[in-house]
Formats: sequence, C-alpha cells, structure tokens
Amino acid sequence: MASDLNAQALARYRNDFLREVEERVDEGEWVKMCMQCGVCAGSCPFGPHWEHSPQKLFMMIRAGKRDEVLQSDSMWMCTSCYNCVVRCPRKLPITTIMHGIATYAHRLGLAPKRQPTRDFSVVFWENFTRNGRANEMRLMLRLWFKDGIGAGIKKALAMKNVGLGMLRTRRMSPFEIFGGHGVKDVKGFQAMIRKAQEIEDRRRGFTK
Amino acid sequence: MAEMKTAAYVCQGCGLGERLSTRQLAQVAQKEGKMALVREHGFLCSEAGVQSIRDDIEKEAVTHVAIAACSRRAKTEAFSFPTVAMSRANLREGVIWSQPDTDAARETTQEMADDYVRMACAEVKKMKVPAGNPDAAHNTRLLVVGGGISGMTAALEASKAGYRVMIVEKTGTLGGWTGTLWKRTPAHEPFEAPADTGVAAMIQAVQADANIEVRVGSTIARTSGAPGRFSVEIAAESGGTATEAFGAIVQATGFSPYDATKLPELGFGRTPNVLDQAGLERLAREAAAGSTPIRRPSDGGEVKTVVFVQCAGQRDASGVHLPYCSGHCCATSIKQAMYFKDANPAIDTVVVYTDLRVPGNGEDFYRSGQSKGVTFTKGKVAAVEPTGNACTVRFRDLILDEDATIENADIVVLATGQVPNSGVDIEKVAQNEPGEWQSDPGSVLNLAYRQGKDLPMLRHGFSDSHFICFPYETRRTGIYTAGPVRRPMDITQAVEDATGAALKAIQAAENAGLGRAAHPRSGDLSYPMVRLDGCTQCKRCTVECPFGAIDEDEKRYPLFNESRCRRCGTCMGACPVRVISFENYSVDTVGAQLKAVDVPDEFSEKPRILVLACENDAYPALDMAGMARRHYSAFVRIIPVRCLGSVNTIWLSDALNSGYDGVMLMGCKHGDDYQCHFVKGSELANYRMSKIDDTLKQMALEPERVATCEVAITDTERVARLIDEYAAKINELGMSPLKGFA
Repeated sequence: MASDLNAQALARYRNDFLREVEERVDEGEWVKMCMQCGVCAGSCPFGPHWEHSPQKLFMMIRAGKRDEVLQSDSMWMCTSCYNCVVRCPRKLPITTIMHGIATYAHRLGLAPKRQPTRDFSVVFWENFTRNGRANEMRLMLRLWFKDGIGAGIKKALAMKNVGLGMLRTRRMSPFEIFGGHGVKDVKGFQAMIRKAQEIEDRRRGFTK
Repeated sequence: MAEMKTAAYVCQGCGLGERLSTRQLAQVAQKEGKMALVREHGFLCSEAGVQSIRDDIEKEAVTHVAIAACSRRAKTEAFSFPTVAMSRANLREGVIWSQPDTDAARETTQEMADDYVRMACAEVKKMKVPAGNPDAAHNTRLLVVGGGISGMTAALEASKAGYRVMIVEKTGTLGGWTGTLWKRTPAHEPFEAPADTGVAAMIQAVQADANIEVRVGSTIARTSGAPGRFSVEIAAESGGTATEAFGAIVQATGFSPYDATKLPELGFGRTPNVLDQAGLERLAREAAAGSTPIRRPSDGGEVKTVVFVQCAGQRDASGVHLPYCSGHCCATSIKQAMYFKDANPAIDTVVVYTDLRVPGNGEDFYRSGQSKGVTFTKGKVAAVEPTGNACTVRFRDLILDEDATIENADIVVLATGQVPNSGVDIEKVAQNEPGEWQSDPGSVLNLAYRQGKDLPMLRHGFSDSHFICFPYETRRTGIYTAGPVRRPMDITQAVEDATGAALKAIQAAENAGLGRAAHPRSGDLSYPMVRLDGCTQCKRCTVECPFGAIDEDEKRYPLFNESRCRRCGTCMGACPVRVISFENYSVDTVGAQLKAVDVPDEFSEKPRILVLACENDAYPALDMAGMARRHYSAFVRIIPVRCLGSVNTIWLSDALNSGYDGVMLMGCKHGDDYQCHFVKGSELANYRMSKIDDTLKQMALEPERVATCEVAITDTERVARLIDEYAAKINELGMSPLKGFA
C-alpha cells in the first residue's frame, strides 16, 4: 500500500519535489519562502543532534533531494518547542512542516525503520483510536515489549518502584489491561476519524 | 579699517563668578592683555549684556572684542558681531566645568582661566574682519553631466527650485542605463512586480521644461574657473564647441557593467545563451516588441530553465575582479526571473546567490519572488559549461556543503557589477605643466586644474566624498557627484542621490555668489591670502590642497581660486615659509595665543601642555566632556584649529621653545574610512608629525613631547582620559629642559 503510494507520487511529480511537498505536506507551501537565514537551526535545542536542521531540510527540498529528505530521521527529532516558529523572520510554521514531512514520509513508507518517535507515534495512534481514549497500561506494555520479552521485563523491573507508587496512589489501574474505558460513542468516533482521513487524503491527492 | 580699539568682556554668569575671580581676570585682560576697555558683566549673553557690547562698538568705536565666557560653540547668536574681530575665551566648558569644584583645585582653575583670557586677548589683536572673497561671481545656472535617470532627476529638481540647467549627454539620447531596461524593480507599494521605468515620461518632462537645455551627443572639452564662474567648453560629436558659463556642476555619469568577457569560466562569450543582465534586458525588450516569450538565443528554442548567477565577477576576494558589492544586482535578478515566471510559471528560475542583498524595500520584492516560485539557492557558482543549446551550471551548495549541478539551463544570466564612469584616475596619470594644458578624451570633466582633470577617487574608481557627513561633496568645490559614479546603487537610490546633489549644487552656486565658503565652513567669509614675495615656489600648497583650489600661474607661483577653497587651512599648515594666512586665522593668531600662556618655571610642578584640537570633532568633544562634568588635567591649554591639516610645525617648535612640556594634536580619523571634514587634513598632519622627531631630537627633547591622536565627536569620555593619560606621561618624562629660555 505504502510503496504504491510512493510510486504514484513519483509518477505524479517526477523531479519536482518542491511541488510535491507544497501539495502533500501540511503547510508545505511555506517551504519556498525560507530565506536560508539559519535562525531555526540556531534556535533548535536539539540542533546539534539532528543531521538536517529545518534550514537544511528546506534547502534539500528545493534541491529535489527527495529520498534524503523523506528517509531522514531529523524531522522525527522535533520536540515541538516552537522556538524556531517564534523566531523565524519569515514566519514559517516550521514545527508543523516538520511533523508534516514526517507524516508524509511515514505514509509513503519511506520513514526510517525503528525510529523511536515513529514507533511511539504508531503505537499511540492505534491505541488511542481504538476507543477514543489513551489506554496507558496497554500503551506502556506495548512500548516496553516491542523489542522482545527479555527487553520488556528489564524495562518493567527498572520502572518497578514508579509503577508500584502509581498503583498505591491510584494514579494507574491494572484493570485497564482488559480494555479500559472509552468515549461514549466509540463507533461514531471511529467514523469521524475515518471521514477526516478520507477528506485529508482527497485534499492531498492520495485519492480522487 | 580704522585704528584698532580693543575691548574685553568677562562674564560672571553660569557659575563663573562663584568659581573664579573675575576681578582678577579683568585685571589680566587689562594689564597683560593690554585691552583698552575691560568690562565685567553678571550675565553677558543677556539682552543687556549684549547691548553693552553693541554700544561699545558703536559709541566707543571698538573694533576688536575678546569675550571671556562660554565656549565659542555656545551662544553664537547672542555673540554675533559681524563688523568686528572677535575671540572667545572658553571659561565655562573649558575651565569651570572641566575642573573639580574643590578648594584644592581653586588655584589651578584660576590659572587656567587667566591663561585663556590672555590667549583670547592675544588672538584678537592678530585678527581682522574678513572682507569676503573679492573674486566672487554669481551665476546660478547648473551643468549636469550625464542624461541618465540621475542627471535628469538632478535637472528636474533644480528646475523645480527655480534654477536653470543644461544637461550634457555623451550619447545621442537621454535615458542612460535605465533607458535600456525593459522594466525596473518596483519603487512603490506593494513592491511585488517589475514596473515601468518611467524614463519616457521623464524625457518628456525634461524636454518640456523651459529651464532645462539639453545637449546630446556632446562631451566636456574643458572646465575651468570655480564655483559661481565655471567656464565649460562643450564639444559636439558633430563638430564645433560652445563655451558656456555655470555656477556649479553635477556629475551624474553613471556606470558601465563589468566586462563579462573576463568571465569565460562562467561561459560568457562561449555561447549566446550566457548573458549579462544587460543582455537579458535586451532580450526581454525584443521579445516584448514582438509580443513573444523570451526565447533561447542560440536557436530560438523554448526556455524551460533559467539560472541567475549572482556576484559574477564581483565581491571577489582574489583581487582579479571587482572586490565590492554593487547593491542592485540581487533585486535585478529577481526582477528578471519574474520576466519569466510572470509569463509562464512553469519555467524554472533559479537564483544562485551567496548572500541575497536587497536594500530598501527589496525584502518585499524578494518575498514576492519567492511566492511566485523563483527558487533561491545559496551557493557559489564554479563553472558554466555550454553543451549544444544547453548549459550545465556547477556550483557549491553552501547550505548542504556539497557540489551540485543544474543541467539543461537554457539561459544563464550573470549578475556583473557596476564600474563607475569616473574618467581618468588623477593619481595615476601625469598632470600637464602650467601653460601646456590639453584635453584628455578619457576624461569626463577635463578640468583645467593643476591637480588633474577629473575628480579624485577614493577606492575602486568611485569619487571621493565624505561618506558620513557630506556624501555629495566631492573634493572639487562646486562639483557634486550623484548616482553610481559616487557609489554602487540602484535606481531609487540614484534618484534620491541626484536630488541631494542638485540642492547642494544650488547651495554652492549661491554661496559662491556671496563670496562665502561651501561646507563645512559654510558662510565663512575668510579666504587664504598669500604674500607672494616670500613664496619659494615649493608647491606644497598646490599639491597638498585636498580640494584642488590652488593652480600655478605662468611664473609658477600659487594661484588661489577662493571660490574653490573650503577654508581648512591645509595650505597654511603646509607652507614652510608661512606666507599663507586667513584674515581671522593665521600662523600669528595661533602663535600669539600659545605664546600668551604663562608658563611656570621648572620647579613649580605645574607643567603646561598645549592641545591643538580640531574644531570639527575634537573641540566639540572637549566641550561636551565639560558639559558632562568630566574632569581633566588643569595643565592643558586648548586651542581650536580649523583642521589638523592647518597646523604649521612652527607652532610646535614655538611651543616647545617657550617651555611647554608637551603638545597634543587632536584630529579626526584618517585613512580609507576617514572622518576628516577636509578629507586629507588629518592624514597630512599625521604625516607631518611623523617627521617631527628629528626636530625634537635637535632640540634635545623626547619624541613623546609631541603626541597625535584621533578623536571622534562622540569621544566625550575618552577625550578627558586621553588628556589625563598624556599628562601622566609628561609627569613621568619630567619638566621640559627648555623652560626659562624663551
């Protein structure tokens, strides 16, 4: 499914990656307005830890480096602190664009495998769309055990005291594991999510 | 003027009466200053005080007035007596405000004030009332050289102000560079799209203006004279010359694009598809005339990709090409990219830049270019390789830090820089000897001046002007440059520049008519006088005058053109036989002041330091130090000078011979980014002082006895510190051994 979407996008946009981003990425039409001043790169608290700063990502988009951008793990590192957005002299919604590129890369199946933010996002989305409320117990267990039983037990033991404390103060219920509680109209909620996705897909040109 | 009658007035206001014994000051003026009339007044700048001086001038026939009150820079309107010679003793800013109000300081403060009174009395007796330039002529017609947008603007603005103008244009039509453009970068809100150049309307306005005459196809064969009386021979291409008279000149000769054939690595000359910006304008105009899109020059093919190479042959650190930024080219490339984008958004336009610089409202235009989809890539182009009908552009991507290429560019536009059309470099060509003057076809103005045919340049061929304070002034009085001949600029800036230059030219012509100096001593009626029988024809005055005011006559004596003179006194400082003077400023007026100071003997522990301070920057800084109550050594005696360039070395040897322990010279910054109001004055002074060590050695004095320092008008805190540091140094050196011999 994802690779089909990628092939479709490649056929549709050929070498014009900037146009692809403008049409398919949330707030992507802003990318051309970047003036390469580098204030975002200098403002980012994670600056030294990512391979490509927003400034570089925008330049790569303009240079048509499709694979490098979509396979980059840099935009997954964004913590949404909004420092860059506040400081950008051209008022680009950089944080939104970062998440937009990440989402698009994920959608096409090009995002880096086993990228922790991506993994968390996938788990969280599934967990939360199931009945409209985040199920903390299940979310936690899935994240702990995603790397295997051994690794899961290790993490659980490491967090043992925190967990017991939360149980004792009733901040966490062990019964959540059996399904927990959801919103009143779960079916309606899921229909709403589906509809939103449908609209978004149409708007981004994934479907007619 | 009739018999000299002197009068001194001592003010007691502003705390002078409390801090000083004005009685004693009056006695000093009377006994030592030998003033015929001495009066004290409680509030001298009041109406009553000023009236008492006026009464003395009228009823007592006083001709020379010494006023002991505040700085000569204060109360200038109250103390304005144009019919008499006047000196000012600076007791307020220079004494009571710059000295601590303590019992311990009382004695030295009073001594300082006594000395300033002695100095003012001595000075005024050597002064005369300036009579004004006898050689003044009043012609207010302006000559504008160059019929481009700058020249036409200057002419139209001058005409609007009611002055007659003649435009002389070398080519056959008005319009200049702007006339060759298809469209211009926008000058008005919302700064979004290329706009009409407006040149056609402007040419119409010029032709319809009864105040403006136009000579196209003409050049300047000879310019002689001075402000108010320029005589200009205008040679027509068709043959024949006409001589016209003008009061002032605006040179708006513009620029030529840098020769792109020097950039073969960027493909220029190797394929018609690589153009400079001028070439693209030509294509755009041709396409517009035929109502077709712009086509690929090599084969008329459709254009799909256009690359703009910024800084082509400019901002070059290697020294091969232009080292500077021409300022307009980024916006011009954005404009040209829009020629394509506006016609067909599917055309790829890439601007490869290192730093995008869009002065003025260009940021809006840049943003508009971005939203129209012009791609901006930060990179440095290494090569443009033509293959067939396409070009490959190789560049270093400066953000991604890697080599990159753009294949299949149909058109590549090189943003080359502006080279000023400033005529001959007078520093590099030999000057004609007197009587052997010949015009030079490479010269713009063909000035019949001893110092050369065109305006002096500062750097890169642009005319020299005082960048911070007087941008339109050149180093030839009454001749103003406007537009890209002065510095690189775009159309909007050139229009503003031309307006300013036109108004300055009007001012200069009017001032010349009144026999007064142009800036920065505007209104000054004094002018240099020379006692030719003492002249040794050393030519130092002709060579060193920063403004080319002095020619040589057939007998090789200096020939002063008063209207060209800015009254800085650099000639006076240069003259080794001291035959040049002004009526109110001379070797004697300063010499008498420094000799009037009472120099205590070597056992007094009271050294005396003479400070010669430039009146433009250093002296105001000292005044402001006083206003801010920044205290400095009581052992200095400060004399303002018109420019450090006017300092004659005789003053230094006189001072040291009279037992001063040190001499400080305070002038403006010199060098390429000079701040000297007279351009070369402080530089010349510095050069002269570098030679003074020998003199000091002969006098068996330490070289530290003379110090030169640069003081800016803002250095109010530093100037006090400089004085104290120098006083401490003199203290270390000990007292001058020459005391008591004078």
